[in-house]
Amino acid sequence: MPLYHSEDQAMLKDSVAPFIADAAPVSHLRKLRDSKDETGFSRDLWKQFAEMGFSGVLVPEDKGGLGLGHAEAGIILEEIGRNLTPSPFLATSVAAASALKAAGGAVADEWLPRIAAGDAIIAPAIDESARHRPERTALKAERSGNGFKLSGTKTFVISGHVADMLLVAARTAGAPGETDGLTLFAVPRDAAGLTADPRRLVDSSLASKLTLDGVEVTADAVIGEVDGGWSAMAPLLAAARAGASAELLGVGQGAMDMTMTYLKQRKQFGQLIGEFQALQHRAAHLYSEMEIARATVMKAQQLLDEGNEGAELMVSVAKAKAGAATNLAVREGVQMHGGIGMTDEYDIGLYTKRDRALAEFMGDVSYHTDRVARLNGY
Amino acid sequence: MSENLEAFRSEIRAWLEANCPAEMREPMKSEDDTYWGGRKAVFKSEAQKAWFEACRDKGYTVPDWPKAYGGAGLSAAETKVLREEMARINARSPLSSFGIWMLGPALLQFGTEDQKVHYLNQIARGEIRWCQGYSEPGSGSDLVSLQTFGEDKGDHWVVNGQKIWTSYADKADWIFCLVRTDKTNKYQGITFMLFDMESPGVSTKPILLISGNSPFCETFFDNVKVPKDQFVGTVNRGWDVAKYLLGHEREMISAGGAGADMVSAGALYAKSLGKNANGELDDPILRAKMAEFDVDVFAFRAMGERFMDMWKTGRAHPASSNMMKYSGTELNKRRYELVMSGSGSEGLEWESDESRNGASARTWLRTKANSIEGGTSEVMLNVISKRILELPGG
Ligand SMILES: Cc1cc2nc3c(=O)[nH]c(=O)nc-3n(C[C@H](O)[C@H](O)[C@H](O)COP(=O)(O)OP(=O)(O)OC[C@H]3O[C@@H](n4cnc5c(N)ncnc54)[C@H](O)[C@@H]3O)c2cc1C
Ligand SMILES: Cc1cc2nc3c(=O)[nH]c(=O)nc-3n(C[C@H](O)[C@H](O)[C@H](O)COP(=O)(O)OP(=O)(O)OC[C@H]3O[C@@H](n4cnc5c(N)ncnc54)[C@H](O)[C@@H]3O)c2cc1C
Repeated sequence: MPLYHSEDQAMLKDSVAPFIADAAPVSHLRKLRDSKDETGFSRDLWKQFAEMGFSGVLVPEDKGGLGLGHAEAGIILEEIGRNLTPSPFLATSVAAASALKAAGGAVADEWLPRIAAGDAIIAPAIDESARHRPERTALKAERSGNGFKLSGTKTFVISGHVADMLLVAARTAGAPGETDGLTLFAVPRDAAGLTADPRRLVDSSLASKLTLDGVEVTADAVIGEVDGGWSAMAPLLAAARAGASAELLGVGQGAMDMTMTYLKQRKQFGQLIGEFQALQHRAAHLYSEMEIARATVMKAQQLLDEGNEGAELMVSVAKAKAGAATNLAVREGVQMHGGIGMTDEYDIGLYTKRDRALAEFMGDVSYHTDRVARLNGY
Repeated sequence: MSENLEAFRSEIRAWLEANCPAEMREPMKSEDDTYWGGRKAVFKSEAQKAWFEACRDKGYTVPDWPKAYGGAGLSAAETKVLREEMARINARSPLSSFGIWMLGPALLQFGTEDQKVHYLNQIARGEIRWCQGYSEPGSGSDLVSLQTFGEDKGDHWVVNGQKIWTSYADKADWIFCLVRTDKTNKYQGITFMLFDMESPGVSTKPILLISGNSPFCETFFDNVKVPKDQFVGTVNRGWDVAKYLLGHEREMISAGGAGADMVSAGALYAKSLGKNANGELDDPILRAKMAEFDVDVFAFRAMGERFMDMWKTGRAHPASSNMMKYSGTELNKRRYELVMSGSGSEGLEWESDESRNGASARTWLRTKANSIEGGTSEVMLNVISKRILELPGG
């Protein structure tokens, strides 16, 4: 497959980009932020996402979705990133949908159509510490009757406080650090013993600390196999990481475009600042890094869609590269805007904040760089 | 379409199996394992000869050129399959050639039908080795200020001047050369000429590099007679040809930088660095640098694929080859800094059999030129900022 958008993908982009730019530009984020909105995103917009078919992009057609791939999800995510649109799309339609699709079974049959219809918010609950370490999952699930009893804590659960269902990674065997012995559970948010404590983050999104205090679930809540949860978690992580890379790319592109526009408008020393070679060279370097990051993200999505065994490596390359390039875009963005870039009124600071949150989500640049080393055997 | 491609892939696999000798699937041991063709060419081995001739006869030295010009007439998609299959078995390039990388594409674009049939076939068959006469002592980055002058003598020009940094001028048969033919117009006063290096009045003097090798020359033209029909494009409009050619030169240099050896840096040096109890390289800082480098290499490889896919189908911005050249060459310099760190004291050997006569150290030094040759990194950044980002000024 060539590494550029097919005609169908270009058409999808042509419908997604104006829709999101119109319905949820950066001012939409500001409004939610300034009103201290407790959901963290607009439910109306989420409904519209379903009407447009976006929320079911990865959901198979026989489950009410579009049955498309990561490449198409990435097109939507990039526009979400560019507009800093608060949305449960990445967690629900990309991460959770991928896990459910991979595992199949009754849980998938129940939830995939609801994802496509925009009736469900699903939040993956993976991490337990400040650093992303999925294999170190310690939250315990003990057999109890014909079901399980879950106890432990989770952190950085995006939309955890408003989700209809949580995908909780738990340990049913083995020791933290091992990928064997994990099980993924579908836990309704109103389950007794589960509390979500939402925290406002730097980018004004909400992520929860989750406490599970003997939460009882039936055996039907198991997604995939008991002790073999990694085979549902791995596609979830891959999808979420590739997705976060695509969203990051949008953030970086948005920041870079703003900055290039500013360089062509702002005059100092009697000339446009974009005429100074000191800035031109940095701008050109930034452009190059963003283009390379874009190729990486597209390649990772293609490999995932093909089910290629090289996908894992390319997903980590993409998360590391998009993370680094976007971080450069927002840093250069503030700097090249001069003092005005430091003001709340100017959007570039919002891009800086979203970059930081997305960079951390599902493993930061160093995590994924290290993972590339491990996958290469050193 | 894709079914046809799969059939084509099996066909190529079978052909490669039958025609690519085992020796040609090993990494090159040094620069002189490269086969450049030309009148003075000598093969280093029987395998090299067999591999070159097999490719030449199929048109696989230039797979995507039309058959009438010595190519195999493959589509972009088929060419990609061929390249992938060659890469899969680590097949060496059968023929390295400035004719293929630079002059050929320019002739395809600007040449007359006669020129195409004549020169392209020679290039495809490796019969003529070319060199590039662009740079002059006073005209490097500011190439358009060049002074070498061709005086109009009716049916021929008489060319006088000096070129510098002419790679392999002493080994080349012909030169493609930028010559000023109108002193009153800076940009529209340059003609793109082709002539035989054995023409009376052409002389070359090698320049020794920090790598200890001397692939370049100073090239002198003293009343060289060039027939009037040996120009490409339009007289005085050679700059258009020169720029087009530079796009391809950059594409080639950047592809060399990134495509060359795709083994992960860390995996390559696992032996010399040793591993700790966790199975990690036991120099944590070097391990981190190598991992960062690997991320960038795998990322650039994806960019290379995207660039090629877009370039070949006319989707790429014309100046995107500048971005590839900038990123690819800076990356290749980083690769060889890591090679030198990773190999420790062994990498320092300059004259020993074990080090293949200091191959690492010499290549490390050679890579310093990647961000200079074909236009410097700074010049690439200038072009990106002006032409792609459309930043103001100059
Ligand atoms: C937190 C904060 C506190 C401040 N406090 C004070 C204060 O107390 N009093 C006060 O008077 N001011 C204050 N300032 C203003 C500060 O001095 C200016 O922001 C600063 O001088 C830059 O000017 P500018 O913001 O107009 O940016 P610009 O001059 O518009 O610069 C925009 C970008 O262009 C670049 N640029 C401009 N000219 C060139 C050039 N010739 N070559 C290359 N690049 C160039 C800049 O480096 C920058 O990246 C403060 C600013 C901040 C952010
Ligand atoms: C290995 C190698 C092979 C080569 N092969 C050939 C060949 O076969 N044929 C041929 O014709 N030439 C060849 N060249 C020459 C090459 O094209 C020139 O070296 C190159 O264009 C740079 O010119 P220069 O060396 O005169 O450097 P200069 O132009 O003098 O540059 C010196 C420094 O100033 C910087 N600089 C110059 N202008 C600007 C600007 N506007 N803005 C910012 N920075 C600037 C440069 O980036 C560089 O860092 C080769 C060079 C090398 C190293």
